[in-house]
Amino acid sequence: MPLDANLDPRTHVFKVVGTRPLRPDGVDKVTGRAKFGADANAPGMLVGKILRSPHPHARIRAIHTAKAAKLPGVKAIVTREDFPNSVDASLRDVHYNVMAREKALYDGHAVAAVAATSAAIARKALKLIEVDYEILPHVTDVDEAMKPGAPILHSDMITEGVEPAPTKPSNIAGRHEFGHGDPEEGFKQADHVIERVFKTEATHQGYIEPHACLASVGSDGTGELWVCTQGHFMVRDTCAALLGMDVSRLRVTASEIGGGFGGKTTVFIEPVALALSRKAGRPVKLVMSREEVFRASGPTSSTSMTVKIGVTKGGRITGAFAELRFQGGAFTGSPVVLGAMSAFACYDLEHVKVVGYDVVTNRPKQAAYRAPGAPMVAFAVESVLDELANKIRMDPIELRLKNAAKEGTRSSYGPKYNRIGLIDCLEAARKHPHYKAPLGPNQGRGVSAGFWFNFGGQTCVSLNVNIDGTVALVVGTPDIGGSRASMCLMAAEELGIPYDKVRAIVADTGSLGYNDISEGSRVTFSTGLATISAARDAVAKLCARAAKIWGIPADAVTWENGHAKPSGPNAGNFEPLSLEDLAKKAAKTGGPIAGHYEVNADGAGVSFAVHLADAELDRETGRVQIKRYTVVQDAGKAIHPSYVEGQFQGGAAQGIGWAINEEYIYGKDGRLQNPGFLDYRVPVASDLPMIDTVIVEVPNPGHPYGVRGVGETSIVPPLAAIANAVSAAAGVRMTQLPMSAPRVLKTMDEAKRGSRRR
Amino acid sequence: MPQVRVSTTINGDAVSYLCEVDETLLDVLRDRLGLTGSKEGCGTGDCGACSVTLDGRLVCSCLVLGAEAEGREIRTVEGIATGDTLHPLQQKFLEFAALQCGICTPGFLVAAKALLEKKPDPTESEIRFGLAGNLCRCTGYDKIVRAVQAAAAEMRKG
Amino acid sequence: MVQVMLSGPLKAAAGGQAKVEVEAATIHQLLSRLGQDHPKLKPMLERGVAVAIDGQIYRDDWLRPIPPGSEVVLLPRMAGG
Repeated sequence: MPLDANLDPRTHVFKVVGTRPLRPDGVDKVTGRAKFGADANAPGMLVGKILRSPHPHARIRAIHTAKAAKLPGVKAIVTREDFPNSVDASLRDVHYNVMAREKALYDGHAVAAVAATSAAIARKALKLIEVDYEILPHVTDVDEAMKPGAPILHSDMITEGVEPAPTKPSNIAGRHEFGHGDPEEGFKQADHVIERVFKTEATHQGYIEPHACLASVGSDGTGELWVCTQGHFMVRDTCAALLGMDVSRLRVTASEIGGGFGGKTTVFIEPVALALSRKAGRPVKLVMSREEVFRASGPTSSTSMTVKIGVTKGGRITGAFAELRFQGGAFTGSPVVLGAMSAFACYDLEHVKVVGYDVVTNRPKQAAYRAPGAPMVAFAVESVLDELANKIRMDPIELRLKNAAKEGTRSSYGPKYNRIGLIDCLEAARKHPHYKAPLGPNQGRGVSAGFWFNFGGQTCVSLNVNIDGTVALVVGTPDIGGSRASMCLMAAEELGIPYDKVRAIVADTGSLGYNDISEGSRVTFSTGLATISAARDAVAKLCARAAKIWGIPADAVTWENGHAKPSGPNAGNFEPLSLEDLAKKAAKTGGPIAGHYEVNADGAGVSFAVHLADAELDRETGRVQIKRYTVVQDAGKAIHPSYVEGQFQGGAAQGIGWAINEEYIYGKDGRLQNPGFLDYRVPVASDLPMIDTVIVEVPNPGHPYGVRGVGETSIVPPLAAIANAVSAAAGVRMTQLPMSAPRVLKTMDEAKRGSRRR
Repeated sequence: MPQVRVSTTINGDAVSYLCEVDETLLDVLRDRLGLTGSKEGCGTGDCGACSVTLDGRLVCSCLVLGAEAEGREIRTVEGIATGDTLHPLQQKFLEFAALQCGICTPGFLVAAKALLEKKPDPTESEIRFGLAGNLCRCTGYDKIVRAVQAAAAEMRKG
Repeated sequence: MVQVMLSGPLKAAAGGQAKVEVEAATIHQLLSRLGQDHPKLKPMLERGVAVAIDGQIYRDDWLRPIPPGSEVVLLPRMAGG
């Protein structure tokens, strides 16, 4: 649904959109009343626990559960036998990941599960389950997994996208190529060409709330599931398929969610909890421990990347090439395709080619992490651009401005761009006081641009008018960023009533039509658009109701400032009727008044950002500290500016952790060495400065108010911005993340010995 | 294993319960007493989501045994407001949008309250180090620090 | 007749052709006819693709009409986090 023809969001005076009211779920969250995934209980509830493979790669010859079943208090045990033998191709990998089939494919892979009357008994029961493993050789590094002779995970994996197709299986699920023109031609036109190899380690979304659910299946096969998730409709449909239930027999309620960032856009423990509950005939609560979250939910890929870019002395990029090697854990689906598509998305290029390899390794199945694939490739591309800018002695923002994509540019991933805000962000960053602020000793400044898509998707909204003129707004997308507040603002804006007269809830799967997952920065755009449309539908019905009351035609009534009024003096001389008046009269004038809208939303625009980072290096220890950070990002139209700023700052903080500290460390034994917050070190309050934000608003032509989704783009620039800052401070190019103290020292030592240059 | 009988005070109320010897205070609060405001983020004292005070001292309740609460005074997030009046910290967290998903918020409120009781006029650095035991993955801490500064200023006014 | 640009793995499955022509008035017709003309494309189309019409990306929109003269690009199925 496009921007209103009569509404220029840059000059239109909104009544409530753009203000900063308190969020509707706020009081519950500051008093401890809000209920998250692990906060629900049911009478007769059992505790579920999962037995996980300690081996990174092993054939499961047999699972003996008899001893465990005899333990008093154990009410159900499930293994691969309790799941279907085969499922739809689209569910095959999820099915295998949720409960191991022939093999355990990573340290932490679920092998069996029990439900018992207490956690202590459940833990004891797990110890009594005997699994007969045949240990196989394993591989956890992406480059190692691609080599001939590497241990093979899937005997039927033949690399896609290679002509002719290989005759032998490998760990390379696919080869994907994007771009246009011929980079080799482009490099011939360049004055300077730089080629570098970069490596990043796997990281986790790091949500503070572990996966948790409460499953209850009755003997008639109907089930209820309470779960923290980014998409309860997806959970319903996936679990129903895996358990052989009709979709209508399973009702899923989304709890408040304690962080997701993409890691809760799939299922891990939910089908297991339902299977246990069905077998035991009692509710089962299953909660992951923090260690399980790290070992067995969905971190993002570790990567190895080669990037080559050529520029003229005048700063024009003439050719760009990248080869990306991403491992996505034990199943196909690393975000290498998205990475390949977004790698050069910020630039207007005649010759660009990106080749991506999707590789499997003995690690947990990856899940989406906020702009999947994009942060890593931006790290590589923006680092090379930084080096080129230094080479031709050009200001880094100037170099980017000279090549920036704009409306009409052919993107590196295929389509031409509509109206976009990259140049606006670059100019705002250049003007920002941060850019000119003096730097101290051992400090460096880095710049990075970044891009992410925005998606639409299936969305349903219902808007019901209550008897006192207040409004009940029913949405189906879990609130992961403050969206309930934004929906109330948009509904209040359309209806012309105060913000606090609208109350939004996230309905369960039985109460509303299908809603796609809260992902892809889509909620404020899609659910917002649907909310605006549902409100307009309600307004049309309110006007029709007033018309009936007055005995005039429906098109002779307009809606203004929360009131129905005759549209002109010819329509009649009637006192305006407020929403409250109409609501009070509703029962006697035709019944309840409601608006609704069901859509597969389209028209999402893309969101660009530019980040500035100042880093200080301690040359003795290699420690990097972030001294100053500024986020400049295009939001299209900020419905609730505080929550837009919150997304900017949160994404930046995750990027900072990814750049400096966070990494999955695997031992030679293929086991995860640091599955806890002590050794998987995310940023704490004392690690970060204040994070300044600039909201740029270049309206998205595809949304009635111009909204662009902002949730993901903010994690794309930080890796490069900080690497560029540290490279400047150290005088040596950083090509490996995270830039932990030991790695920084090693890099600087190598440079001193002459093997590296900045 | 025999259970232990514990008598304690929680948020000003006398409370009595039975628990296992090896049961944590966090599990007692959440599973036996229905006080689900304190959260388990890690179970190993690294994230602070389970923060409570024990005789005024900030602790991770996942590292305290339920039995250790005998005769002590415990304060959780559920006891920060007074009746229907929010504490300035709670009010400022809302006004400054210092929470997004809200899972870390109970821990932060308990920790911030304990901090301000010791240091009513903290510098930004003292706030950041004082709250370094609480992880937040959503906000980047900027708005949390500002909210604590604002609450401290209001509380100093008396 | 619609000119369709193929991106990434879709291009490889169409024998390396970056542009193909197909008679289609909606996205659904486009995808069915493409699958018929290029059998190697069929499994990818069934798994899911995104279609960009004049720069606007559509993810599951079979009945979306394709205006004559518009630029159509086929992309792999995408999702965020």
